[in-house]
Amino acid sequence: MENADTASYVDFYHAEGKHKGILSWLLTTDHKRIGLMYMCSMMTFMLIGMTLGVLMKIEMLTPGKTIVSAQTYNAMFTLHGLIMIFLFIIPGLPAIFGNFMLPLQIGARDVAFPRLNLLSWYFYMTGGIFAILSLFLRGGPIDTGWTFYIPYSIRTGTDVILPLLAAFILGFSSIITGINFVTTIHRMRAPGMGFFKMPLFVWSLYATAWIQIIATPIIGITIILVIIERLFQMGIFDPALGGDPLLFQHLFWIYSHPAVYIMILPAMGAVSEIIPTFAKRTIFGYKAIAYSSLAIAFIGYFVWAHHMFTSGISETSRFIFSLLTFLVAIPSGVKVFNWVATLYKGSITPGVPLLFVMLFVFLFSIGGLTGLVLGSLATNAHLHDTYFVVAHFHYVMFGGTVMIFFGALHYWFPKMFGKMYNEKIAKWTIPVIFVGFNMLYFTMFILGYEGMPRRYWDYLPKYQTLHVISTVGSWILVTGIIIMLVNLINGLRKGPKAPMNPWGGKTLEWTVPSPPPVYNFEEIPVITHGPYYYGGEEEK
Amino acid sequence: MFNDATNYAQQVDEVMLFIVISSVILLLIVTVAMIYFVIRYNKKRNPVASQISGNTKLEVFWIAIPTVLVLFMFYFGYAIFHESRVVPKGALIVKVVGRMWEWKFEYNNGKDSKELYLPSGKPVKLELTTLDVNHSFYIPAFRIKEDVVAGRENYMVVLPQKLGTYDIVCAQYCGFHHSLMHTYLHVVSNDDFMKWLGTKDSLESNNRFQEYYPVKKLLAKN
Ligand code: HEM
Ligand SMILES: [Cu+2]
Ligand SMILES: [Cu+2]
Repeated sequence: MENADTASYVDFYHAEGKHKGILSWLLTTDHKRIGLMYMCSMMTFMLIGMTLGVLMKIEMLTPGKTIVSAQTYNAMFTLHGLIMIFLFIIPGLPAIFGNFMLPLQIGARDVAFPRLNLLSWYFYMTGGIFAILSLFLRGGPIDTGWTFYIPYSIRTGTDVILPLLAAFILGFSSIITGINFVTTIHRMRAPGMGFFKMPLFVWSLYATAWIQIIATPIIGITIILVIIERLFQMGIFDPALGGDPLLFQHLFWIYSHPAVYIMILPAMGAVSEIIPTFAKRTIFGYKAIAYSSLAIAFIGYFVWAHHMFTSGISETSRFIFSLLTFLVAIPSGVKVFNWVATLYKGSITPGVPLLFVMLFVFLFSIGGLTGLVLGSLATNAHLHDTYFVVAHFHYVMFGGTVMIFFGALHYWFPKMFGKMYNEKIAKWTIPVIFVGFNMLYFTMFILGYEGMPRRYWDYLPKYQTLHVISTVGSWILVTGIIIMLVNLINGLRKGPKAPMNPWGGKTLEWTVPSPPPVYNFEEIPVITHGPYYYGGEEEK
Repeated sequence: MFNDATNYAQQVDEVMLFIVISSVILLLIVTVAMIYFVIRYNKKRNPVASQISGNTKLEVFWIAIPTVLVLFMFYFGYAIFHESRVVPKGALIVKVVGRMWEWKFEYNNGKDSKELYLPSGKPVKLELTTLDVNHSFYIPAFRIKEDVVAGRENYMVVLPQKLGTYDIVCAQYCGFHHSLMHTYLHVVSNDDFMKWLGTKDSLESNNRFQEYYPVKKLLAKN
């Protein structure tokens, strides 16, 4: 096997196809190329979003105006939120690593619908371009916050329709990817790979795909209704016309809460890949982890109103949604315990991806546990819509998903590009990111507890010290991220050639050369063991 | 850490303390175990991994314990919160009217004010309405907020206790000057309150909006 590396084969970058040059990318149906196109576009958006974030923090250095006006600040957090949510973290890991790795991990030559897969990238790009265009047309940059709450989104003079259309189109991209993945997982697994022999990343993509298929149409419909309301004053949501603004909030969160699980589940899946590989042992509680993905996906549908505890909904609803919110925390907790247990009696190499996982476990646990503080009705009424929430969701989405995005990047980098990066430098970026991240966001928990609301351009002078610490943290954090990215780019340009299986992983992507050939497998493998089989007895 | 502006605020802080302490314990268990395992079972010290694929007893244990814990958190939070939803008999009623970007308070003797005056020791029902978009009426020191939603009347119950002046802010994004939608709550003795209630309307205010946009400038603009 090992010498398959040197055996002659043409990797997918160099293979002759129908098209040459840039067209060989833009017209490709190869899941690997599509994954990489997603990667380039999403990382561009991520960098734009981070730049906005840092500028926002600079504005927060002093009360009142520091660098931008209130209107600009409002547009900035709206744009930052829209980009980070709809263009970066919802397509997130599935679009990049799902596309690239799913067929490889289940022993398939491509996804079930390769052309649809390309179409979903075009939908994604169209949505992104609409979002950017909206900044320069008519009313100027949207200032509603990424939640588009009514009636403000109907009253504001800024352009709301184009960004809404952008989100609508992005929704289609998401639905198509979901359908593609569900079909692929059902139909194209290698012989012998029953559902309980699938890698856990595949399980998480499966659970995510179902949420994408079932939940996304709801935001689509909601968006259309808002556009109709804005254009024709129908009276669906606007109380001045007999509509109900809470109806909007319900519809919005019926999608957007499950969307939180679209963001986090694939990251959890990637964690379940990385830990066994670096601990050289089978995962602890495979079934518990697989089922907990499904449980999260399912219960996740029934907690949306925890975003509306203070909106005047009945006390009964508050009671029920608070209870369910506490229950949805359990399967996430189960996963964390199982991951830690997988390290027990392993034979551990602390490689870069594993260090990112450790960073993730710490930050994501803080995010999850502070979710309990927000889920409790008494404390929610104090902390809702304050900086506590801003801290909470950055710990979950940034500390959780984005850290694993970075970890997965370092884990699959050799497979995707056939090159290695400098591991020493990569290791050193982690403490920098850790310090910067906690300075930036932990201070926000305190600000929130002290009563500073979110989406505030100006603040009372008593909050300044914490804001200054937080802003300095943002500089440290982005320094770490920039070093990390430059190190990867250097690896790409002049790194040493990566072997087929640099980490000693057991899943199928490590059995093909790096980078893989166009159709992945010379011969479709036959599966006899679980995905993390390092010898020994196997649970039946 | 405890906030004694009101009895209720103190209880909210107790709930918070309970959840935070349990969380810190859980976080420490997870983090310490993780770091310990990575060091203790390092490749050099433990060249051969044990293939342990699960342990049902352990799984049941770490599902059951957290479930009990979170149910307790849930109930504690709900029980305290419930108090803030019950309107006691004889509560003073004050209408709170939000609009971009200021608050107005209407008392039932017809008096209007830009700053909220409340007597200490008497339960108050605040009836929340808005003239335009959604806002959220938030008194951080009292640990309570409730959205002011267009087209409906929401309410909130408070029982002011400690005399003093507190911030009132808007917590639901409402456009351009959301962050300046600020005013003061003055908790005064019952006598002072009755005296104040008898004076004529006091539509002057020192809130942050006025700092940026003094009334004169605002009038000149419109
Ligand atoms: C360098 C990195 C980042 C910085 C400095 C940053 C900073 C901020 C700040 C200051 C706010 C707004 C606070 C307010 O006025 O309410 C904010 C909001 C937000 N951030 Fe970030 N952030 C960063 C990365 C991220 C990432 C990676 C994500 C998601 C994956 C994210 C998602 C959001 C969302 C959804 C909002 C809410 C926007 C809204 O209120 O409409 N941010 N961020
Ligand atoms: Cu949610
Ligand atoms: Cu506001």
